[in-house]
Amino acid sequence: MIDPLIEVTDLTIGYDDVVLQEKASFEVFEGDVFAILGGSGCGKSTLLRYLVGLEEARIGEIRIAGVGRPNLEVGRPPFGVMFQSGALFGSMTVGENIGLALEQWTDLPHDAIAAVVLAKLRLVGLQGTEDKFPSEISGGMKKRAAIARALALEPSLIFLDEPSAGLDPVSAVELDELILTMNRGLNLTVVIVTHELASIFKIATRCIMLDKASKSIIARGDPKELRETSDDVRVRAFFNRLAKES
Amino acid sequence: MSRPSRFEVSTSPSARPELILEGELKFSEAALLWTNISKRLESVERNETFHFDLSNVESIDGGTMALIVHLRNELKLRGVRSDIVGAQGTVQELVHLYHGDENPIRRKRRRPKKSLDEIGERTIAFFGAVREVFGFFGDMILAVVGLLREPRTANWKEVPYLMERTGADAVPIVVLINFLVGFVMAFQGAVQLKQFGANIFVADLVGLSVTRELGPLMTAIIVCGRSGASFAAELGTMKVSEEIDALRTMGFGPMRYLVLPRALALMLVLPMLTLLADVVAIVGGLVVGIVSLDLSISAYLSETRQALSVWDVFSGVLKSVVFALAISLISCQQGFATTGGAEGVGRRTTSSVVAILFALILIDAAFTVFFFFFGL
Repeated sequence: MIDPLIEVTDLTIGYDDVVLQEKASFEVFEGDVFAILGGSGCGKSTLLRYLVGLEEARIGEIRIAGVGRPNLEVGRPPFGVMFQSGALFGSMTVGENIGLALEQWTDLPHDAIAAVVLAKLRLVGLQGTEDKFPSEISGGMKKRAAIARALALEPSLIFLDEPSAGLDPVSAVELDELILTMNRGLNLTVVIVTHELASIFKIATRCIMLDKASKSIIARGDPKELRETSDDVRVRAFFNRLAKES
Repeated sequence: MSRPSRFEVSTSPSARPELILEGELKFSEAALLWTNISKRLESVERNETFHFDLSNVESIDGGTMALIVHLRNELKLRGVRSDIVGAQGTVQELVHLYHGDENPIRRKRRRPKKSLDEIGERTIAFFGAVREVFGFFGDMILAVVGLLREPRTANWKEVPYLMERTGADAVPIVVLINFLVGFVMAFQGAVQLKQFGANIFVADLVGLSVTRELGPLMTAIIVCGRSGASFAAELGTMKVSEEIDALRTMGFGPMRYLVLPRALALMLVLPMLTLLADVVAIVGGLVVGIVSLDLSISAYLSETRQALSVWDVFSGVLKSVVFALAISLISCQQGFATTGGAEGVGRRTTSSVVAILFALILIDAAFTVFFFFFGL
């Protein structure tokens, strides 16, 4: 049997005294494009913060590649993360943003780092922007640059928080293509938080759906199959863009 | 079992020169690989043929492939016939993903700007900034006129809170700094005046310099550092997070809603802080007079009263009103001009403090010259 890359067991998530999800358990396998779905406020992005170690799980357990919660204060992070806003450092150029982790965590000389930065930018279709500041590029370009930054250290796992939110349809499709290319070409496991249906059906191989009211996972599996076969009215409503029944 | 990474350069005269890479090539070992290969490739000359043979590579990650493609591109741009050969399966897919099967494009290097261009651009930017401040002042006057017609459209309820934040909260630092200003000035003056037996004139020195110049100026500098920076950062953050646009779309004029309450609050509190600063600085001088110059309290205060006229105090207060206007005007204008993210807010906050300090000194100098020519 294949060991899961990420194993979440009975995890309860929330902030302050607010509980968003209780006893969530799921697994992500190598090579997956794994989508975390659900309506606004159900805890998708919060779950992502728990997965990457920004929040500490007080109830339940998260294991990545067999190891518990990563200590972000010590050592090289075992994955890349792209935040919803891109979170590029405004005082650095795009190239410096991508080269930062390479400077910190590799022995590569400056010319080699520059070469890797240029290659990563070309990979995400941003060649020629290495000397620009984040304020000088568009929202879609910022997201691409953020993906390039997350990929700088050649992680085998990447977390993406709503990568196509706020993008025009063409940019969103291009970003989906990019994620697929990375998944297939670099054998990258992708965990993605999104509620963009087109994106889900195009790229996700497996998914879980979080529900705000029951604070639980209400569906799991292949999103296309769930759309066709799920009996749960909440799942059908989500995938078929139906309003809640009163 | 996987083989470790290794490479060799074929040297046989019969074979074509090439770099043969083998095993599992990992990014964690790429630094050593890069350094060694780069050295070997230095001797390859123009018009030679030199290929990268990946036929024995079992696996390779993206970062290492990026480096190999870069080295091959560098060779090609030097006029060497170079290709990546023998790659198969996933290795070939990565070659394609990193454009190792395409001809490299020569990157244009950005030339640094010439000094004269830099000076010209900075000068234009400076005058542009000055024009923007005056334009903002014009908008502010229009907003005041509009406010006279519709007084209810201003955010009056924020004025008391802003007065507390910019005035009452600044009292401790204003008291401390101005006490020390009076204290230090009296000490410095005392050393000179003692030589002529004119100890008592320390009261004149401190009283006049503080009320006419240092009291208003030091207080304005303190308020600039506290409130000016705060206004610029606050409005800058609102600008980049589109809160100001949201205000506009809800029918609130940002000038009336955000700028005028801040300007009014500062114009009300800065004169009060200045008066407080005058008193405290005179007390600072008095302490030195008593301790160091053996003056009595009554003698010091009597000399101060004789030296000062109402105009001396009033001129300082008048200046402080103009200073308040400059601080609020520049800080709000800089806040409104913020673009970008957190870095933009920081940049505008810094430039607002610098511009305000520059403006304060300029205004003070203008007042001094004006008062001198009119004998005030």
